[in-house]
This record gives sequence, structure tokens and C-alpha cells, in this order.
Amino acid sequence: MIAKVYVNFKKTILDPQGRTIRKTLESLGYKDVLEVRQGKVFTLKFKDNLPKEKVEEMVKKLGKDVLSNPVIEDFEYEVVE
Amino acid sequence: MIKCGVVVFPGSNCDHDAYHVSKHVMDFETVFLWHKDEDLKGCDFIIIPGGFSYGDYLRCGAIASFSPIMKSIKKFANDGGLVLGICNGFQILLESGLLTGSLLRNKNLKFICKFVDIRVENTDTPFTNSCTKKVLRIPIAHHDGCYFIDKDGLRKLEENGQVLFRYSSSRGEVDREFNPNGSLNNIAGITNKEGNVLGMMPHPERASETVLGSFDGKMIFKSVLNFLEKKIKE
Repeated sequence: MIAKVYVNFKKTILDPQGRTIRKTLESLGYKDVLEVRQGKVFTLKFKDNLPKEKVEEMVKKLGKDVLSNPVIEDFEYEVVE
Repeated sequence: MIKCGVVVFPGSNCDHDAYHVSKHVMDFETVFLWHKDEDLKGCDFIIIPGGFSYGDYLRCGAIASFSPIMKSIKKFANDGGLVLGICNGFQILLESGLLTGSLLRNKNLKFICKFVDIRVENTDTPFTNSCTKKVLRIPIAHHDGCYFIDKDGLRKLEENGQVLFRYSSSRGEVDREFNPNGSLNNIAGITNKEGNVLGMMPHPERASETVLGSFDGKMIFKSVLNFLEKKIKE
């Protein structure tokens, strides 16, 4: 089973890297892009035959405790297969 | 004699500088503490040095905060032990929850390595009681030093007097133009509420000898010595 965890800065946090990327996109002619926020994606492969609920429970916990820093980041996840 | 422990993680690179100042400048009994150990070897004072623990993987300081030695350091700190986190050490203290807030990428996205002036906000602490100058000249060297905390957290820090150092002019004026990295309220160093855990971005161990251009950093180590000696007498 595979889960994906998406970690991004909270909306209230300034993301200077994202801002720089947006400016570059603008200079390349992509003037319709209003904002870029740079985040991380973690792909987690789990042992076979685990119940989906158990995987979800684990992903929620490790997303909060390890993969994101709740002071500055939010995370979302999906169990993909 | 004061016993100081300098924690070593894979990727620490200011551990020997901290060891040198502790042992040869301050004359403390000094030992390295390996991150996989849990034994603090009877130390009175712990330094978490700068560097790039675990290559800054995941987030700066994140992986190090889960190491076995940090469990013991948390207990030591909660029992009132003195802990100083410098640069990456500050990041580790934040990730481990011993201090509040977080350090983001510098606002100008550059790695900054230069001397800065920091104003001492309170001299009634274990780390600043021997600071005879209001403004210390100490170098910074970091890419992720932009201190951030939510509004409520910031208010609490300020109300409790936990902000110990602020980036300032050499005369102690705190203004945006003296803020190298975009830190909220020009914050360069904070303590926990109890005052026994300090995290700071500037490197006092790089400014503790005349030959290095400044020995203002030594005042911080002297303060620790003074505090611990008094405590032992009691």
C-alpha cells in the first residue's frame, strides 16, 4: 500500500523560494501565475496486507509528529493504492 | 569544576570549536556526547553545537531532535539543567519542543556569514549575568535563521521576557535595517520560560578570543560559569 503525504507552509507563512519561482515564471512569459508555494511530497510504501484504516492512522500520526512541523506547516495525505 | 558536554551529531561542524572554547578558553572539564548515547556523563552544562546535523534532511534539526541523546537532554532541561543551542543547535531545540517557534529560510534566500551586533535584553539570566556590554559583536553563519512564531506565541515570549538577544546596531538600536534574516521582532536568541534553555543563531564560540576579532561571546560562557558556581555554593 502506498500513501502520499503533502507538506506545505501554512498560508500565513511567507515562502520566499516560492516567490522567487513565481518571478522566474513571470520572466519566462507565464504572467498568469499569481502565486507559487513550494512544498514537499513524501511517498510511503507500506507492508502488504495492512488494513487501510491502520495505514491511515499511521500516516496521520507520522505526518503530524515527523514529516511536518505544525508551527509552520500543514499536511494532507492520501492512500493511493 | 564545571563539566560541559558538547553533543555530536553526524553533520555537526562547530562541535570542535565549542569544545575548544569550553575546555581551553573557559577551563571547563569538557566531553563530547555522541548522539546515539543517552548518558550525559554527569555534565552540568550541555552545548548543542552548530552545523548541518543529518545534512538538514527533512527540516533543519528535525532528525537530530529524534535522537537518543535528545531524550536525556529533554529530561535534563526539564529538571533545570543548562542547555545552550547554537545555530543548528537552536533549530534542534525548536524541533524537539524545548523552545517554541521555528526558523525559516532567510528572507533574502542567502546564506549569511558575517559579524552582527546583538542587543542583550536581560542580564538577569544564567547566560547573560556577566555581559558587561549592552551590545555583543558575534558572527552569524546560516541559511535558515528567520525566526517565526504565531502572534500568540510571540506575545507570550515578549511578555515573559524570553527574548534574550535582538539584532541591532552597534549602539543597540533595534530596527529592520539591522535585521539580517527577516526574524520577527529582530529575534536572534530566545530562552524557554524557565530561562535554563537558550537557543541563538549567532556563534559565541567563534567570538571568544581576541585573535578571532571579538571575545564578546565569552561573556555568555562566563555567565554560565558564574551561574553554576553560585548554584554549587548554595
